[in-house]
Amino acid sequence: MALIDLSKKEVHCKVVYYGPGRCGKTTNLLYIYQAMDDSDRGKMLTIDTKGDRTLFFDLLPLNLGKISGLDIRIQLYTVPGQVMYEATRKLVLKGVDGLVYVADPLLVRRERNIEGLDDLRRNLDAHGLDMAKIPLVLQYNKRDLVDTPVPTLSIEELENDLNAELQTEYFEAVATTGIGVFETLKEITKKTVRYVAEKHLLTKV
Amino acid sequence: MADFVITAQAQEKAGNLLINSLIKAGVRTALLIDSAGNVLANCGHEQQHIDIDAISLAALAAASLAATTQIAKLIGEDDFSLLFHKGKHGNIHFGRIGEELILITIFGDDVSLGLVRCRVSELAESIAEIFEG
Repeated sequence: MALIDLSKKEVHCKVVYYGPGRCGKTTNLLYIYQAMDDSDRGKMLTIDTKGDRTLFFDLLPLNLGKISGLDIRIQLYTVPGQVMYEATRKLVLKGVDGLVYVADPLLVRRERNIEGLDDLRRNLDAHGLDMAKIPLVLQYNKRDLVDTPVPTLSIEELENDLNAELQTEYFEAVATTGIGVFETLKEITKKTVRYVAEKHLLTKV
Repeated sequence: MADFVITAQAQEKAGNLLINSLIKAGVRTALLIDSAGNVLANCGHEQQHIDIDAISLAALAAASLAATTQIAKLIGEDDFSLLFHKGKHGNIHFGRIGEELILITIFGDDVSLGLVRCRVSELAESIAEIFEG
């Protein structure tokens, strides 16, 4: 749910990084936080457990410049990926304007990736949102593992499992070193701002 | 959940209500947010030079109240309409306004909780009218 503040000439959008536990959602936000100038980012808020797993959510507010005289402010959120935290994921999705689904390439996590996407569809439904309509991009993370002996999924397998129906953009990434992180962010913010603008700014204001 | 479009007029009206009813009564900060964690109006701390991270506060408050709603359901209640935390130097009160808005007030021991509750409940209708029609 975007907030359009005409008195301050600001548009606030909420983008949520979703995906199974340990796929690298928080790592994406940390990389973005470390790479951006202080002037373009707010404070990063993290609520995690002692084991460094996200307990509630992470939040990173960003300023992305102006479009048509309006300041674009994006709030990036993550959700806890573990299956048992479904209720928390649902809470964080409230008012979402755009989504990044981060998938884990480990062969042993194949089912988790598919279950996570089903969980997302279900939770969006609960908020009256249609996964086919809301801006969404996929990120296939940890691609550095492909060159190691660890069994991983190929891009074709990931596409077949997750993107056959969605037919959305995907990005290969290594979030720990930043590969693909900003490409993913750029695409989802572009899609989200366009989605919000088409709904309000281009027609009503 | 529909998107919020705030006009300068709506913000001014809401700001004036919060200042006249709460800030002038001694409340340090009044923050009006929506249940997705967006800040709609923010009054008080600027005049008193208190630095508050409103974005983090709004996100945490929205999440905390949403979690509280789930706790309410577990014990057979529909919702808890308010949440209050008492600190050593300051207190914080969260009150629901209509379906989608939350009013956060931060105040010291010089202001009574009863007064805050009373003022927040007085404000609820007029604020809901401004933003929800």
